[in-house]
Amino acid sequence: MTTRPEVIVIGAGFTGCAIAHDLLLRGIGATVIDRGEIASGTSGRTHGLLHSGGRYCVNDREAAIECIDENIILRKIAKQCIEFNQGFFIALNDNDLEYAPQFEKGAQECHIPIDKIPPQKALEMEPAMNPNLLAAYLVPDGTFDPLRLALAFAAHAKKNGAKFFTYYEAEGLILDGKGNVCGVKIWDRTTDRHIEMKADLVINATGAWAGKITEFAGLDVPITPTPGIMVAYDQRLINRVVNRLCPPDDGDILLPQRRMVVIGTTSFEVEDVDYIPVFEDQVQMMRERAIELVPSVQRTHMRGAYMAARPLVGKAQSGRSLARTFKCFDHQDLHGVGGFVTITGGKATTCRIMAEKTVDVVCAKLNISAECQTKDIPLIPYYEYYSR
Amino acid sequence: MSDIWNVTFIIARQKGDQARYYQSFPLEINPDEYVLDGIERVWAFHDRSLTFRHACHHSTCGACGMLVNGVEKLTCITPIRSVTNDGGIVKVEPLRNFPVVSDLVVDMSRMYANLGEADFYQVGSLKNTYLPIEKELPSDETYERLVDCIECGLCISACPVALTTPTYLGPAVLAAIQHGHEFNGEIIRSLEFADTEFGAWRCHSGFECSVVCPSNVDPAWRIMDLRKRIVGYRIKKLFGKK
Repeated sequence: MTTRPEVIVIGAGFTGCAIAHDLLLRGIGATVIDRGEIASGTSGRTHGLLHSGGRYCVNDREAAIECIDENIILRKIAKQCIEFNQGFFIALNDNDLEYAPQFEKGAQECHIPIDKIPPQKALEMEPAMNPNLLAAYLVPDGTFDPLRLALAFAAHAKKNGAKFFTYYEAEGLILDGKGNVCGVKIWDRTTDRHIEMKADLVINATGAWAGKITEFAGLDVPITPTPGIMVAYDQRLINRVVNRLCPPDDGDILLPQRRMVVIGTTSFEVEDVDYIPVFEDQVQMMRERAIELVPSVQRTHMRGAYMAARPLVGKAQSGRSLARTFKCFDHQDLHGVGGFVTITGGKATTCRIMAEKTVDVVCAKLNISAECQTKDIPLIPYYEYYSR
Repeated sequence: MSDIWNVTFIIARQKGDQARYYQSFPLEINPDEYVLDGIERVWAFHDRSLTFRHACHHSTCGACGMLVNGVEKLTCITPIRSVTNDGGIVKVEPLRNFPVVSDLVVDMSRMYANLGEADFYQVGSLKNTYLPIEKELPSDETYERLVDCIECGLCISACPVALTTPTYLGPAVLAAIQHGHEFNGEIIRSLEFADTEFGAWRCHSGFECSVVCPSNVDPAWRIMDLRKRIVGYRIKKLFGKK
């Protein structure tokens, strides 16, 4: 091969940035475009939970195993933006206690290290938790800064030669005359110009917006954008993540971040995710749920409230029942359209493995044999993304 | 709670080499929404060419700093109710003292390049992430926490010295150097970086930075403390110690 293959990645969230990083390490050129900046969509607005997998170990084991495996890797490669203080799952009533045996079994089968802590000891470790807690399990949860996690992947990719064009909105796909995708039509929103960019392959890493991009080629992907609310309060009442010991539910996770605690979340479906208003009733419900976990939340002030649209893979089920795992669609296999791959679904915690699997597909399509290296290389400092 | 106000967003616009102009967008909006929500509504429903920086929407990332009615604000945690009235205006402009890329987006690369010289980390031990002047410091060294500084640039925008001296390192960077030295007193490289006429000694003690800081960093106090550290280092050096 005389020239290096070039790939355009649409979307500069966690997945897009991690894909660019992986592509460059495997000798493939990458140009990342996004209609906003780094992490302006769902990624920036994530809860910021480095999942242990405990939340999914009963109902969604594939996602749980991905989470614990990637949790360990991210703590190694992205330590620069992670508070790693572990987390608790706590039972507050009989229903929660009934869930405990399933939780223990699920955690064991997903190789998530959990430690049952006597309630009194747990309260000594995390005194702000509900004093009426009936059971507590310690899990390897953490908290990360969303923007800086994405920036760290982007910085490393950029240092290795990836190009990033922010405020470049994809407004169409270029076809090669045989029905294959060979580039992207772009609106540069910083100068109001319209341009075209060609590439050997285009990766659609736009998460909840994936369907909007595939629509340009008349293709459909089964994505259900499922927003949820997060509410931040102005005091750091805990140092560990506090999860409710129950099946995934509204407001079941309260986490510390900087000087705040942040509760999430809800789950509902919308058609258009470009603007999702914050609903007052959900804010109120989050406060009630947070107070159940940590009663002193009632003495705090709300600092912020926001909605984030999860990209869940699947259709026609309720959002809560859809798996949290991810899927990479090769549109050649799916629709007979070459040069075009869509990655969506997943969690922030699993962005690196999402990138690995996507680049595996890309390498196969471009006849490149190169192993993924991202799990062993610590990311360079996030601020180097801004170096010229 | 959920009343609706008529608020006019007056937004600074600028593309490429264009001169700045202002565009008005009348909105019917719940005043408990944040200024950033109003800006995002303008983009979503009125003008898709509007560019602005944002990511976390809860004051942990620092991307959405702007001037709101002339004052530096982190727009994601600034309720509309706190800056205007029903029938009033919300004037939104890009931060001062940074080059404008487009509309409300500024180029922060110089600040980040200088932060790279500061031996400063975003995650520290719990004790080191609080201000030493805070009364009840947590004693447990085993916990980690993301530090207070979210690198939003509000302090540089509000700084009168940064306005007149483009080469000034600025409050965020000097505060980071002080904080880095507090983490690890052995580090002297960054003290030397700050010990210039465009570093710690250029500050006029206006304290505007600490007034606008949305995140408890208190950059002005840190710059004063940094001067003590630099003087201490110089005296030690005079006597041959490092």
